[in-house]
Amino acid sequence: MAGFLVNASLIALLALIAILALRLHRLFAVVMLSGAFSLVAAAQFVVLDAVDVAFTEAAVGAGISTVLALATLSLLPAQEKPHSISLVPAFLATLTGLLLAVAVSDLPVFGDPKAPIHNHVAPEYIIGSEQAIGVPNIVTSVLASYRSFDTFGETLVVFTAVLAVLLIIGGYTRTPQKPKKAKRKTKGSQNAG
Amino acid sequence: MNPFIEQLLGQWNYYLVIVLMMIGFYGVIARGNMVKKIVGLNIFQTSVFMLYISMGKVAQGTAPILTGDPTTVYSNPLPHVLILTAIVVGVSTTAVGYALIIRIHESFGTIEDDDIIAQLDDEEDVS
Amino acid sequence: MQDDIVIRVVAKVMIPAVMLFALYVQFHGDYGPGGGFQAGVIFASAFVLNAVVFGLNKGRHVWPARYNLMGICGGVLLYGFTGVAGMVLGKNFLNFNVLSSDPVAGQHLGILLVEFGVGLTVAAVMVMLFFTFAGRTAHLRLLSKSDAHERKVSASKTAKKVKK
Repeated sequence: MAGFLVNASLIALLALIAILALRLHRLFAVVMLSGAFSLVAAAQFVVLDAVDVAFTEAAVGAGISTVLALATLSLLPAQEKPHSISLVPAFLATLTGLLLAVAVSDLPVFGDPKAPIHNHVAPEYIIGSEQAIGVPNIVTSVLASYRSFDTFGETLVVFTAVLAVLLIIGGYTRTPQKPKKAKRKTKGSQNAG
Repeated sequence: MNPFIEQLLGQWNYYLVIVLMMIGFYGVIARGNMVKKIVGLNIFQTSVFMLYISMGKVAQGTAPILTGDPTTVYSNPLPHVLILTAIVVGVSTTAVGYALIIRIHESFGTIEDDDIIAQLDDEEDVS
Repeated sequence: MQDDIVIRVVAKVMIPAVMLFALYVQFHGDYGPGGGFQAGVIFASAFVLNAVVFGLNKGRHVWPARYNLMGICGGVLLYGFTGVAGMVLGKNFLNFNVLSSDPVAGQHLGILLVEFGVGLTVAAVMVMLFFTFAGRTAHLRLLSKSDAHERKVSASKTAKKVKK
C-alpha cells in the first residue's frame, strides 16, 4: 500500500508537470519543467528498483539535455504562438491511450514474480553475474558483457548523432580563427582588385 | 471481487503510465511550436521508459546489485540495461532535433510549423 | 556571469570535485550504480560548468575541439578493438573470457575497457554538443560583426574613391 501511494503520488506529480509544460507559452519555463519532469522520473525509477536508470536519467535528462535546450533557446524566439486545445489530436491521443490500455490488460500483474519476463533469461544473468563474471552490479555485467553488442550499437548511435549535429550546425567556423582568415582573404582580394 | 476491478488494481501502474504517455503524445501532435514538440517527445519517451521499468519490478525485490545473501530477491536487470542505453541515445537524438530546429529558424525565421507551411505555400504561389 | 565572484570561486571548487566523482562513478560501476554512460555525462558537465562560468572561449582553450574528436573516435575504437582482441585470441567478437588466463579476470578486464570506451565517447560527445550549440550564438554574432566591419570598410573605400 505504501508503495502504491508513493508511486501514484509521483506519477500524479509527473502528470501535473507534463500538463503545465504543455500549457505554458514561455519556452524557457517549458524547458525547465522538462528538466523537472526528468528529475521526478528519476525518483520514480528509484522506487521501481532501477538505480542505474535513475542515475542516468538524473544526469542526462535533468542535466545535459536541459543545458542543451537552454543553449538552443538562446537562438530562438522565447514565446510560443498561443494555441487553444485542439480537438482532433486530443481525440487521437485518447483513442491511442484506450487501445494501449486494452493491450496492457494482457500483461501480468504488476510485480508478479512468476511473470514470464522474470523466468526466461533473467535468473541466468543473476547467477552468471556472480559466478562467470564476478561483477556485483548485475546491470553492469549485462550491459558490458552479456549484451555488449547492444551497447556497442548504442555507442555508435551516440557517435552518429554527434556527427549529424556537427554536419547540421557545426559549420566551418566552429573555431574562432577561421572567420578571421576568411576576412583577411576578402580584404586581400579587395586590395588586389 | 469483480475480476475487472481486480485486474485494474493489479495493473494500476501501467494504466497511470499510459496516461502520462498520452499527455506527451498529445504534445507531439497538437503543438505547432517545435521546441514544445521536442519536450512532448521527451515526456512520451520517459513514460515509455517507465513502462519498461515497471515490468522489471518484482514485488519485495531490491535493486539488482548482488548482496551476497542467497535469499535476496532481485528485480529484473534486463529492462534496466535496455533503458539505460536508450536514455543516452534519447539525449543524442534530442540534440539532433534541436540542431535541426536551429537550422529551420535560420532559414525561415520562425519555429511554428503553420507559419513555415504558409511561407512555403507563398513561395509556391510566386513561382 | 563572468564577473560574479561567488560563482567563479564556487565553480573553481566544484569542477575538480565533479571530475573526481565522474571517475569514481566510472571505475566503481562494477560494484555500485554507475558506469560509462553516467560517468561520461558527469565528466562532461564539469566542462560545461567551466564554459558557462568562464566563457566559451576559455572553455575551448581548456579543452580544444580536436581533443573532443579524438575522444569520440578513441572511445568507439577502444570498444571495437576490445571486441577484436577476443577474435584475435581465437574466440568470438566481444568475448572477454580469453583476455586473461583466468576467464573471470578476463571478464573484469573486458568490462573495464569497454566501459572506459563508452565513458570516453559519451563525455566527448556531450562536451562537443554543448560547444557546438553554444558556439552557434558566438558564431552568428561574429559573422554579423565581420559583415558590418566589411560593409564599413568597403563604404569608406568607395567614399575615398569618390573624393579622389
